[in-house]
Amino acid sequence: MIQVIRKELTIRNKLGLHARAAAKIVQTSNQFQSNIRIIKNGREADAKSMLDILTLSCPRGTRIELLAEGKDAAEALTALAVLFDNKFGEE
Amino acid sequence: MPPGNARVVLQGIGVAPGIAIGKAYRVDRNKVSLVYYYLPSPDQTKREKERFHTAVDKAEADLKELRTKIAGELPEHAHIIDTHIHILRDRMLYDETIRIIDEQEINAEWALRQALENAQQIFAKIDDDYIRSRFSDVDFVAERVLQNLTGQNKQSVAGIRERVIVVAQDLSPADTIQLQVEKTLAIVTDMGGKTSHTAIITRSLDIPTVVGLENVYQAVRSGELMVVDGHAGKVIIDPDEELLNYYYERQYQFERYRKEVVRCAELPAETEDGYIIRIQANIELLEEVVAVIDNGAEGVGLYRTEYLYLNLDQPPTEETLFWDYREVAEIIYPEMLTIRTLDLGADKLATKSRGLGETNPALGLRSIRLCLQEDEAFRTQLRAILRVSGITKNIKVMFPMISGVGELRAARAVLEEVKQSLRQESIEFDENLQVGIMIEVPSAVAVADLLAREVDFFSIGTNDLVQYALAIDRANENVAHLYEPLHPAILRMIKQAADAGRQAGISVSLCGELAGEPLYIPIILGFELDSLSMNPLAVPRVKQIIRHASLEESKVCLNEVLQFTTAGEINDYLCDLAWRRFREDFELFEDEMGKLPAASGTGQ
Repeated sequence: MIQVIRKELTIRNKLGLHARAAAKIVQTSNQFQSNIRIIKNGREADAKSMLDILTLSCPRGTRIELLAEGKDAAEALTALAVLFDNKFGEE
Repeated sequence: MPPGNARVVLQGIGVAPGIAIGKAYRVDRNKVSLVYYYLPSPDQTKREKERFHTAVDKAEADLKELRTKIAGELPEHAHIIDTHIHILRDRMLYDETIRIIDEQEINAEWALRQALENAQQIFAKIDDDYIRSRFSDVDFVAERVLQNLTGQNKQSVAGIRERVIVVAQDLSPADTIQLQVEKTLAIVTDMGGKTSHTAIITRSLDIPTVVGLENVYQAVRSGELMVVDGHAGKVIIDPDEELLNYYYERQYQFERYRKEVVRCAELPAETEDGYIIRIQANIELLEEVVAVIDNGAEGVGLYRTEYLYLNLDQPPTEETLFWDYREVAEIIYPEMLTIRTLDLGADKLATKSRGLGETNPALGLRSIRLCLQEDEAFRTQLRAILRVSGITKNIKVMFPMISGVGELRAARAVLEEVKQSLRQESIEFDENLQVGIMIEVPSAVAVADLLAREVDFFSIGTNDLVQYALAIDRANENVAHLYEPLHPAILRMIKQAADAGRQAGISVSLCGELAGEPLYIPIILGFELDSLSMNPLAVPRVKQIIRHASLEESKVCLNEVLQFTTAGEINDYLCDLAWRRFREDFELFEDEMGKLPAASGTGQ
């Protein structure tokens, strides 16, 4: 069954979504089949593209929305939320 | 001023020391030239996409190989290559190229070039400087694929055949990593700064380097003779004979001094009047142990243990810690290994306190406080340390950030409990294990006499002591200039702690950057410490300076300095002292003094 799930998050790590954080998002997203997007002020980025995420330009404090669409959408968002919560293992 | 003349003299930022004289070799970072053609049939389109796949696969294989190579040599730079590998398969570059080949029926080179230009336009619009500058990574990756597609081998730093001075507009970390050390006399670039990746890498490879020269790439022709002074940040193009001879002489003296210093590195640091002080090393990683031994350090005075805790979902296991500590201890043996227990903020330790969101973490739940509050990780670490001590017998343990006797007793109580449980399990440990503390909180200095009665040694940690005593966060650029290790308050605090330790009959060590700063050595000796612990690379020169010093004289100098009112005065005094009394140890490093305010170059 195809699920569509959304989740709002705030970027809390010091450097924001820079190269290393983006790489981790891609790594995690690639473990799932779902189509996953990061949405900021109406602009969307593919959570499986590091460059797309980078160009969204999200410094600390940015509010974003994660949107996953697919069979494993719920698991994907749970995994990503942990990553965001852990500030991508920084600091 | 040096004698003689040259066609061009450029001033940049010296980031890795040493003097090199040789021929320039310009590394051309111009793009490979590309042709454009239509694909006449769908069959060709399919083949073109396969050609692109192959080129990307090859680029990925090359990058992975490079990554394996540097994981051993430069582990801290491996993530740069990881980023490149990610970009290689990124939708914006990869899928987009395939799409363009299909849609426009054109060759892969041209399609990739278009995808790259599209990406460039997207990046150019970004406000954030850091992210905008990341386009250089995308560009670098695309260039690699283009080279594979065209079969054109761009002039690469890996292909250099004779010993040359590499001249470039900019070198990417990947370029720098590929430099063949034995073929590169020096590196000079237009771009870059002291903390750029290129600088960090060349320092670790020990290649004289000057960056930020702005127009050296334009100014020099390949094959032209040039001089690079990595101390002074100077680059001289086509010098006349007089100037060249001056630099040959300087190079000779510098090499001789370096050789002499390294040759004597194994010997103890004994002053002219027979005072011996142990010179030890600070390390953070197992891999650094080699440098400890190579540079003649007499054991490890500070092993920072935080590294194994970073980026983990759970604290490391006792076994992981045990084997790490044991390996370091065995390599260092018979010298001593001083292990500092966990000195992390709550945000970095994977426990329930994570993410407290403290507004002032430097004054928050961290270090020994965190260990006492969430003592499970602390007990695991102490068990690992104690078990190693039973096998190698060359371990000391040290608690960080102790602010008073109560905290010390609490930490020792946990240690005793862990010992007791080991006894019950009949697991051996060193019953004579020495226990010490870092003196780095001002309150610990004030009660140093009380603390000294209850420990085996002090280690004065100057980096944190300066921050806490002067209320300066050195990472905060608004106040970083007020971070003054020579502030009279700091010197007085070190003296108070050192005296308290000596009176109680325990050993006292000084670690932190202050301990390894050559200029400060003549007065540091005056504290009559038992040991200094520093970056391993600083050890040979510090030992050499100590051999030219005398304890009696240092005590007099220290007493004099302790009467001064400002850090600036003390600094001037030290520059003057270095020039007057230790000229042979400092004259080759003039710029070290030149960059200090009001340094006296003439002496008295």
